Amino acid sequence: MLRLRFCGEFQGDVASNVSTNDMSILVDKSTRVIVQGITGREGTFHAKACAEYGTKIVGGVTPGKGGTTHEGWPVFNTVQEAVDKTGADASVIFVPPPFAADAIMEAADAEIELIICITEGIPTLDMVRAWEFLQARRARLIGPNCPGIISPGKCKIGIMPARIHKEGNVGIVSRSGTLTYEAVHQLTTRGIGQSSAIGIGGDPIIGTNFVDALDLFNRDPQTEAVIMIGEIGGNAEEIAADFVKTRMKKPVIGFIAGQTAPPGRRMGHAGAIISGGHGTASEKIKAMEAAGIRVCKSPADIGETVASVMGVKAPA
Amino acid sequence: MKIHEYQAKAILKKFGVAVPRGEVADSRDGAIAAAKSLFDSGASGVVVKAQIHAGGRGKGGGVKIAKSVEEAGELASKILGMTLVTHQTGPEGRIVRRLLVEETLPIERELYLGIVLDRAEAKPVFMASQAGGMEIEQVAEENPDAILKEYVTPGLGLEAFQARKLAFKFGLKPEQINQAVKFMSGLYQAFEETDSSLMEINPFITCSDGRLFALDAKMNFDDNALFRHSELKELRDITEEDPLEVEASKYSLNYIKLDGNVGCMVNGAGLAMATMDIIKYAGGMPANFLDVGGGANAEQVTHAFEILLSDKNVKAVLINIFGGILRVDTLARGVVEAANKTKIQLPVVLRLEGTNVEQGREILQQSGLNFIVAETMKDAAEKVVAAAKQ
Repeated sequence: MLRLRFCGEFQGDVASNVSTNDMSILVDKSTRVIVQGITGREGTFHAKACAEYGTKIVGGVTPGKGGTTHEGWPVFNTVQEAVDKTGADASVIFVPPPFAADAIMEAADAEIELIICITEGIPTLDMVRAWEFLQARRARLIGPNCPGIISPGKCKIGIMPARIHKEGNVGIVSRSGTLTYEAVHQLTTRGIGQSSAIGIGGDPIIGTNFVDALDLFNRDPQTEAVIMIGEIGGNAEEIAADFVKTRMKKPVIGFIAGQTAPPGRRMGHAGAIISGGHGTASEKIKAMEAAGIRVCKSPADIGETVASVMGVKAPA
Repeated sequence: MKIHEYQAKAILKKFGVAVPRGEVADSRDGAIAAAKSLFDSGASGVVVKAQIHAGGRGKGGGVKIAKSVEEAGELASKILGMTLVTHQTGPEGRIVRRLLVEETLPIERELYLGIVLDRAEAKPVFMASQAGGMEIEQVAEENPDAILKEYVTPGLGLEAFQARKLAFKFGLKPEQINQAVKFMSGLYQAFEETDSSLMEINPFITCSDGRLFALDAKMNFDDNALFRHSELKELRDITEEDPLEVEASKYSLNYIKLDGNVGCMVNGAGLAMATMDIIKYAGGMPANFLDVGGGANAEQVTHAFEILLSDKNVKAVLINIFGGILRVDTLARGVVEAANKTKIQLPVVLRLEGTNVEQGREILQQSGLNFIVAETMKDAAEKVVAAAKQ
């Protein structure tokens, strides 16, 4: 089941929109995925890992290698050809940074509905162009510079380690990869499963943002609570806090990384920078707390806080 | 990547942006020669400007006006080699190695122009304010309505009408409008064609004779786009950067030096920041940010370890790895190799989780080295802070 873009309007009562209570956001067992950059080292490794998890990988794209097969998958020269031949509705991108924005636009042009871009290091102005290109098309972009999305037990499109996940009712949305794994691990070791975990990426320009993801979780009957993991830089967390305050019907637990980060320095992620005194962790935490989000000061407390919010007892 | 004012002005000049006449000098003699050529060609005075990668140079005593060639020489010998402390350098300041010697101009008004990325709009935004000389952040704080904004559509560039709107709002004289449009269009073109991440002309001045100039210029570039700008890479001045950070950048490691005494090595930027946070939460202070990345190999881990240990403030090290792509056994091998090579005496706390964690722990145990193993992030932070205090 694939939902289209969040259009900024509340979509009505959850129960009236859906007929099953076993759902997740954006991806499920029927999602048909192609891999752009499938013949590369990363593309190959993760295509296999996703397929092992049960994700329907239906082929790949590497310009110039069309007509061949790679690890049993058909390779195409263009995304359009791949879509025509395989009926793919999602694409995951492992293309090197200089060519990745172009790969995003190619996927959108071929009417792929869900584009997940893993690539880190795309020039910002390339993403400015790609973002503009996407505005006139129906595709949803996740990332770039993200681990992807997983709906445990159903579908994994990304680079996250599968075995730490467990199917359940907590949604996770995060700007960070490994910090998401940390949060998932804290949940799973407490016996708490996840509906979907979505990494929205650490770049300044990203496709799906916190509000988009929170809205999807809000409308997903499987999701009962949401963890939102932000970090310094920009004001996406403040905008999300406003959404939580006015629209969110489910409890939200938060964490902001970079409480000790110095101003003016990029902390690894291209988007993680306090500039002109703005984008600090304390501003974000303040806005989130004011919106009723349970913000953990320590990253070690995420699992425990979710457990207490959901009324789950710690395993003996 | 940051560059110096004189380098930014040289780039802007190529795009038709008016900058004052001037020359760069790295010695007293060079400054005298530059001043002489400016005075000989009609300058009524020269300004001697320290070139460091930080703002606030004027207030710190790094920008002075000379009325004669001799005075320019005296100022040059005072400023060259001085440690310039500004609100952006930190208390340790920066040593001045170069000067820009420029003609003085009959300044009438000081305005501000800047281009940055607006993250929410996903577009570059051209900003203008009449409060030239003031930091834009301060203007935004005190009087946000005083900042005029024009968003730029990618591929189209800054349109002439947008530049005209800003020029008329500045209250420029009718005969200055076309000059201002040319100036602003050149700025935007320079921004886009160099993959700039930030550009500031502060102040942008009008002269009593009607001319317009970029009196100061600041340009930063998108590191991710440097692969297509080999000419810009050459402008990097590593003497302006922390030596350990320069070393780390050679091995594609994200390292930022901080003031504490707990060294940390983490995979992933978010987890690395969170690890710094939890060290503070446990009562310690992080000595650095270090993200070894998702695809790190044993060699990179070794280099990372060496860089951590060459910071003499470090009293204990915390390694926090959540192996997804980076396998824990790979990391463990790198750590053992590095520990042997560096003959480390400091306590090392390891918290490992993820792919191949069992093999990783086995490698550490069999190494015979004295590592402190922690189970959770909290446990790891408490153990390393305690170790650093001993």
